[in-house]
Amino acid sequence: MQRPYLKIDHVCRSFARGSTSTEVLKDVCLTINKGEYVSIIGHSGCGKSTLLNMVAGLLPVSSGAILLEDHEVNAPGPDRAVVFQNHSLLPWLTVYDNVRLAVDKVFSSTRNKAERHDWTMHNLELVQMGHAKDRRPSEISGGMKQRVGIARALCMEPKVLLLDEPFGALDALTRAHLQDSVMAIHAALGNTVIMITHDVDEAVLLSDRIVMLTNGPSAHVGEILDVDLPRPRKRLELVANNQYIRAREGVLKFLYERTHFVDSAA
Amino acid sequence: MSVTAIKKKLAPQAAPAPPALVRMAAPRTSIVQRGMPYMRGFAINVIPPVITLLALLLIWQLLCDRPGATLPAPTIVWNEAKDLILEPFFNLGSQDVGLGWRVLVSLERVLIGFGLAAIVGVLVGCLIGQSVWAMRGLDPIFQVLRTVPPLAWLPISLAAFRDSSPSAIFVIFITSIWPIIINTAVGIRNIPMDYRNVAAVLRLNAFEFFARIMIPSAAPYIFTGLRIGIGLAWLAIVAAEMLTGGVGIGFFIWDAWNSSRLPDIVVALFYIGFVGFILDKIVGALGNLATRGTAAS
Repeated sequence: MQRPYLKIDHVCRSFARGSTSTEVLKDVCLTINKGEYVSIIGHSGCGKSTLLNMVAGLLPVSSGAILLEDHEVNAPGPDRAVVFQNHSLLPWLTVYDNVRLAVDKVFSSTRNKAERHDWTMHNLELVQMGHAKDRRPSEISGGMKQRVGIARALCMEPKVLLLDEPFGALDALTRAHLQDSVMAIHAALGNTVIMITHDVDEAVLLSDRIVMLTNGPSAHVGEILDVDLPRPRKRLELVANNQYIRAREGVLKFLYERTHFVDSAA
Repeated sequence: MSVTAIKKKLAPQAAPAPPALVRMAAPRTSIVQRGMPYMRGFAINVIPPVITLLALLLIWQLLCDRPGATLPAPTIVWNEAKDLILEPFFNLGSQDVGLGWRVLVSLERVLIGFGLAAIVGVLVGCLIGQSVWAMRGLDPIFQVLRTVPPLAWLPISLAAFRDSSPSAIFVIFITSIWPIIINTAVGIRNIPMDYRNVAAVLRLNAFEFFARIMIPSAAPYIFTGLRIGIGLAWLAIVAAEMLTGGVGIGFFIWDAWNSSRLPDIVVALFYIGFVGFILDKIVGALGNLATRGTAAS
């Protein structure tokens, strides 16, 4: 059997406030294969972002372990690049410099200056932002900022790309446009992606598998849904696709029936 | 006096000048028309303070231009200290130099003291902004020390340095450093978690984090601190020089007081106020320049 690329093994996380401690995640288990696009969906406050931050290494696990290629994750690093929900570009740097900072840091010893410049521009072109390279984040739109955020993450050549509700703050049209871009990039580069979302359509459209978390506290993996739709996927063709509709129904049922059940049991 | 009085009478009529200017200029050439918004902005910004200044001078004149007045009226100041006002850069020997030279000597002291305070203040501010333990340890001490008035430091620094010039610089340093430390620390503490996360994912080392994230992110706070600091430094210089002597503007006031040259003191006050104003504007402009990116988001 193939060894898993990323393994989340019985991970628990609790937050202590004063003398009371709340267990946010309990025994979360998940294995992700190389090149897979996995979405994590759940009601807000269930611990999706906590889980992602632990994979990123920004938060320590309380117990259990996260293994990436058999190495334990215990600190943040460029092999697990994060695209943050609110883009988190540095406002005092231009679009180019924001990406270049990451390129310089990751490839300081392996590539020379010209190669780093080319790689920065290559990644900006990949997200169609080459034309705005000299602008500052305050001078571009929200969707464009998120594109730059994606370029900054991609340029590190991460083993796993972590997207924390990447399109949450965008309007519907921009969001659709950006989803198409992410699909194209995923098809071209074959990245392993973990995406957090609370948008059912987005999850079904983009993912190979959808991981549904139960409601917190003590959230765990409630159900995993395989989305067997062939790629490349076309938004308009899928609207009437039976498989798509069934997947969508499955997620919605989980979110509005199962988690309700968990709620009343807790 | 009569000139001022007439000007004053004209002043209320001069107030609606900008609209009148606009109407008259409209039919003229396009160059004038293009210059109009600029002229108008100039008029809006300049005319009110000029009117206020003239009014204040008039009140001052009325109050002091009578027998038995303890302070000199503006006309007396003008008559007796004209050379100080008109020729800031004359040089007639060791103690008989123009106020411009004196201001430059004082400025040099302020720049050394303030420069040191800026460097040390930002570094210490970063330390207590970044480290909870440094803050807990140092903050209470700083809160006590910062309330000590500049002049109270002077005897101690005189005893320590045994020379007037480094003592004056030390007093400026110790006076202006507190707002720089405190504002920098607040700025560092307010660095958004997002930027820290970015730095963590990129594995920036301590120096890179300091130069690429901390300083730019806290720049607006740092410059607020620097702006307050330069104001305090300029306040302290006069106090320090009054007691340490030398050629500076502070000593000039003390010297003029001892020789009962009140008009000279009045002129020196204007010099000090004007230089302080300019210093504040310079630091403010530097701050605007340096924080363009950060402030815009």
